[in-house]
Amino acid sequence: MLTSVAALIVLAGLYSVHMMEEHGHIITGMNNQIVWGIPHVFAIFMIVAASGVLNVSSIGSVFNKPAYKARAPLAGLLSLAMLAGGLTVLMLDLGRPDRIIVAATNYNLTSVFAWNVLLYSAMFAAVVVYLWTMMEARMQPWSKHAGFVVFIWRFALTTGTGVIFSFLVARQAYGSAILPPMFIVISFAWGLAVFHIVQSAIYQWNGKMLDEYVQKRMKNLLGVFVVAALYFVVVYHLTNLYFARQVEFERFILADGGIYPLLFWAGYVVLGNLLPLLLIYLPGWGKTQHVAVASAMVILGGFAFLYVFIIGGQAFPLSIFPGFEVKSSFGDGVIGLYSPSLPEVLLGFGGVGIAFLITAVGIRVLNFVPREIPKKAL
Amino acid sequence: MLRLLSILAVLCLCIPAYATESSAIPKLDIGKGGECVKEPQWMRKNHMHLLTHQRDEVVHKGVRDDKISLKNCIECHASTKDDSVIARDDSFCVACHRYEAVKLDCFECHSGERKSAWLKRNSK
Amino acid sequence: MSEINVQRRQFLKMSMGVAAVSIAPGIFLFDMAHGKADANKVRWGMLIETANCAEGCNDCVTACNTENGLSDGVSSTDSQWIRKIEIKDISTGRETSLPMMCQHCEHPPCVDVCPTGASFKRADGIVLVDKHLCIGCRYCMMACPYKARSFVHEPLQNQNPDVPRGRGTVESCTMCVHRIDQGQQPACAVACPNKSILFGNLNDPDSEIATRIRTVASAQVRADLGLNPGVRYQGL
Ligand code: SF4
Ligand code: SF4
Repeated sequence: MLTSVAALIVLAGLYSVHMMEEHGHIITGMNNQIVWGIPHVFAIFMIVAASGVLNVSSIGSVFNKPAYKARAPLAGLLSLAMLAGGLTVLMLDLGRPDRIIVAATNYNLTSVFAWNVLLYSAMFAAVVVYLWTMMEARMQPWSKHAGFVVFIWRFALTTGTGVIFSFLVARQAYGSAILPPMFIVISFAWGLAVFHIVQSAIYQWNGKMLDEYVQKRMKNLLGVFVVAALYFVVVYHLTNLYFARQVEFERFILADGGIYPLLFWAGYVVLGNLLPLLLIYLPGWGKTQHVAVASAMVILGGFAFLYVFIIGGQAFPLSIFPGFEVKSSFGDGVIGLYSPSLPEVLLGFGGVGIAFLITAVGIRVLNFVPREIPKKAL
Repeated sequence: MLRLLSILAVLCLCIPAYATESSAIPKLDIGKGGECVKEPQWMRKNHMHLLTHQRDEVVHKGVRDDKISLKNCIECHASTKDDSVIARDDSFCVACHRYEAVKLDCFECHSGERKSAWLKRNSK
Repeated sequence: MSEINVQRRQFLKMSMGVAAVSIAPGIFLFDMAHGKADANKVRWGMLIETANCAEGCNDCVTACNTENGLSDGVSSTDSQWIRKIEIKDISTGRETSLPMMCQHCEHPPCVDVCPTGASFKRADGIVLVDKHLCIGCRYCMMACPYKARSFVHEPLQNQNPDVPRGRGTVESCTMCVHRIDQGQQPACAVACPNKSILFGNLNDPDSEIATRIRTVASAQVRADLGLNPGVRYQGL
């Protein structure tokens, strides 16, 4: 049932891609000021979360925690699914998706974007190998090594995602060295949140109960990651406030910018951090269903954060003439306007649909449901 | 790039077949026509190489060899009726590419019209 | 790219006698005429005298649109290769009007970030997009500090045969490269009624632009970024 809904969403996404090919990007809300829009919010969320979800496997295989080891295959599958979903969205949003082969055969080695294409493909391969070593008894001895490669590689991957932005020195919002580590920590929180949701859903459908000990450990971990991510975001904004030329931008994003401060405070800080932390840590709460709700909030908060970061960051005008008031016919000196249109939102959800389908099919066909080792053995 | 190669592959495979079967050659409006670079059979097989080579020379190095530029091809091969190589089903480029079922990818960006005609229309 | 290029080149070498013979002298003549033999001999640039540039005058923009077949539209999805900016010094209140376009940076960020190498710099300093390679990712638009680039949001028709442009690719001022290659000046420089745009070879010490840059004060926009743009401004 859910699967067919997902399939429908994917179809709707593909249809919007077709429309975008036919009419051009004019039917999206993106323009010459806001050049990256909703599709990039979805794509980057999924790619970042794909790397973060692997944390679950890493804790299992690299740090040898059996409770996580039992979950490593599921985490691997989720990672593949989200990577596939995110990359598909990114690819189909290109102005000329038909030329994807050009991107695959022409590399400009100074481009962070080109590195990322390599990082993503290698990541894909590494996770597939890793899954294989876990699922195939003969390969088990290699599992730890593969896990280690994946562990290292996903740091590279998320760093790469952060670097895409931190190389944009001309833009106030980006060009900061703190972005790569910030993305890594954020990825832990988002990845684990996605994992929690999928795990509770699987247990629910199979009528199983999550082992209490495991549940407690995982929810605490989520809490720690959420706090750490929030810490990095705070540092990012504080360092920006420290540089005089960035103060204007921070005022825009945090106070005067209309939708962006609203999304930041209400969406990211409150919904994405404070409420989930309450749900996790408040005495008497923190049960499976609370954690699932908290995870959903973390994910929504993640989207809010990326919307502010990606779109708000572009909406703030470039400072071409610092110290001058500027006006022109090309939007110099004014806040860029952006209203997402249906096709691009559908494209974004199409990517989520793809990730969902891959996960659902993977779980049906192969044995990805965590097999609990009795608590005594821990 | 790869698309061009595949176009080439398809063309290379197809042309010998239809060269023997000359009755099936599509009817096309060759414009002024005439032989200026090489003889027609060679051009049918290889025009895409000339064009890709010339395209990289022009775009990256500014070496504009007028003789083998796309613009110059259009100059002679555009229909004498509507000044275009793509306007109709039997236009020079369209007729053959359709017959061979090879996607024509040049004219989403390039003009398929004779420059003189374009100038006449756009100078007013 | 390179592998395919090699294949192509080999193919060309083997079977394309006629064309090769005609290309060789073409290159040779071109080098003679344009001094391409030594890449450092030529760096095209512009010097814009803002004192002459009249507020409200839009002649360079119109000339550019006509030359390159742009629509003249100014909505947020329309391409604008060159635009007039009115700036006002916040501390002194002095107002200046100037044209802004791709600054043809010596170290162009757009080229650094482009994943496919579609954005590139010619030997003579002109920064272009090879639309055959551009996949429309728009990373270059994010990276350009001057907001010089536009994305083609809609399918186009009726392009100038000398200026191919099309849906889904990014474009910007080409310094009228098709005119320069024929020894002409960019359309905006020709069109300016006040002669505010001086076009020339920055690397030729005897050229008018090089002489002027030596003798009068000029500035690069956002010089702090260290991109060394080829477009310079007087009276900023
Ligand atoms: S001005 Fe912008 S588009 Fe032009 S070369 Fe510099 S970075 Fe590239
Ligand atoms: S939009 Fe085109 S030119 Fe710009 S970075 Fe992407 S591929 Fe390169």
